Amino acid sequence: MTETAAEARTTAAPAVNPPMAMLAELTHRCPLSCPYCSNPLEMAAREAEMSTGQWADVFREAAALGVLQLHISGGEPASRRDLEDLVAAARDADLYTNLITSGIGLTERRLRALEERGLDHVQLSLQGVDAAMTDAIGGYRGGYARKMQVAEWVTAIGFPLTLNAVMHKRNLDRLPETIELALRMGARRVEVATVQFHGWAAVNRAALMPTREQAKRAREIVDEARERLKGVLVIDYVPADHHAKFPKPCMGGWASTGLNVAPDGQVLPCHAAHTIEGLTFDRVQDRPLGEIWEQGAAFNAFRGFGWMQEPCRSCDRRAIDFGGCRCQAMAFAGDPAATDPVCSKSPHHAALAAAAEADSAVTDAEMTYRVTPR
Amino acid sequence: MTSPVHGGPALGDTVLDDRARPALLRGVRTKFDTVRKIWVLLAPERTLKLDQIGAAILAEVDGERSFAEITATLAEKYNAPADRIAKDARAFLVSLIERRMAEARP
Repeated sequence: MTETAAEARTTAAPAVNPPMAMLAELTHRCPLSCPYCSNPLEMAAREAEMSTGQWADVFREAAALGVLQLHISGGEPASRRDLEDLVAAARDADLYTNLITSGIGLTERRLRALEERGLDHVQLSLQGVDAAMTDAIGGYRGGYARKMQVAEWVTAIGFPLTLNAVMHKRNLDRLPETIELALRMGARRVEVATVQFHGWAAVNRAALMPTREQAKRAREIVDEARERLKGVLVIDYVPADHHAKFPKPCMGGWASTGLNVAPDGQVLPCHAAHTIEGLTFDRVQDRPLGEIWEQGAAFNAFRGFGWMQEPCRSCDRRAIDFGGCRCQAMAFAGDPAATDPVCSKSPHHAALAAAAEADSAVTDAEMTYRVTPR
Repeated sequence: MTSPVHGGPALGDTVLDDRARPALLRGVRTKFDTVRKIWVLLAPERTLKLDQIGAAILAEVDGERSFAEITATLAEKYNAPADRIAKDARAFLVSLIERRMAEARP
């Protein structure tokens, strides 16, 4: 076989399984301005957002395609006044409906309305274990108090609650308190999610990159807590991969299990895919979702194994980690088809590890906050 | 007959008494996936594909009937030894309880 990467990108990939999950970014607007926001640096303006009816169509298309779980996100999804109608549309399409929120913009009345519309689960973000840290990271005074209030309403209504605790250099030392707080808040699950360095977080590497020691300690704390809290609190852990030896199995393999719809209708294989130069994204307004999933250029760019280069192509871990993260390959190797530089087999690994080491040692970096779109 | 839980669950300290009434927690439900033609269990941030046994067990779990009643029903329905059914059903339900998808009501 002398197939080149360019050819692989225009060739239909082998058997395409239907997607399991869809992330619906209703809006890029958000009252918070976290310096690690997963939204793109260039955000969609309010006028570009899809209407209630357009989103409802997308939900029906997604369900027919095989999507089982819908993650309603943003920005802050509660910034959409039609959130309640959108949840109703998702449940009408028979999707399991998860609301990913900062809590800001939710009231007890809105939460009760969401319960009536059939919302299944709430995932609440947590920036710290106290007001000082939470409000400083979110750039929103009163945010912590509001989140605690929202969590009370959520659990009083009876929704299952997951806390998404985003961890980095500045708050990783307080991981044990984070887990205790999740218990006190009545959460069923907590995601200990170390910042992934794309988009806004990449701008803030020096302020947020954890130290190797922090990453190692976090793993120990999570392992101990998982055992102790079995049947009480489920702990998901996303490690700091810049200190790892092998890359994460990003997205479970490109375009294999999930897709992301941006506020303006663009369909992406992952929420950071816009950082990859040369990819073009179809919009749900222009093309059926199923066709985008199966035939879209961005989806087939790195699907399967045909696009891989060495050392991935002949690696016995290629079906374990799928070559890692394409966005990280783009950012550090300058080639989205390269091996994720987190991998110790990548020729760029030493440079990535050195950069992580250097950034983690910085103690006085200013944070650049995200800017909300019009 | 294969176990509904692959890899074998760690039983830990979780116990599921014969008289306890297992129930799925709120936000956890089964669905027949008409695209893949399989039963799935939908839960917060998780989708589990159910094999026939898993689906059969959860079809009986209603928070009202005891574990003993459920296994007796399954043994009769599928004409299988009750102790074998109980072993499989207990391992499966305990794994769900430990993952906060189900509970054992007294």
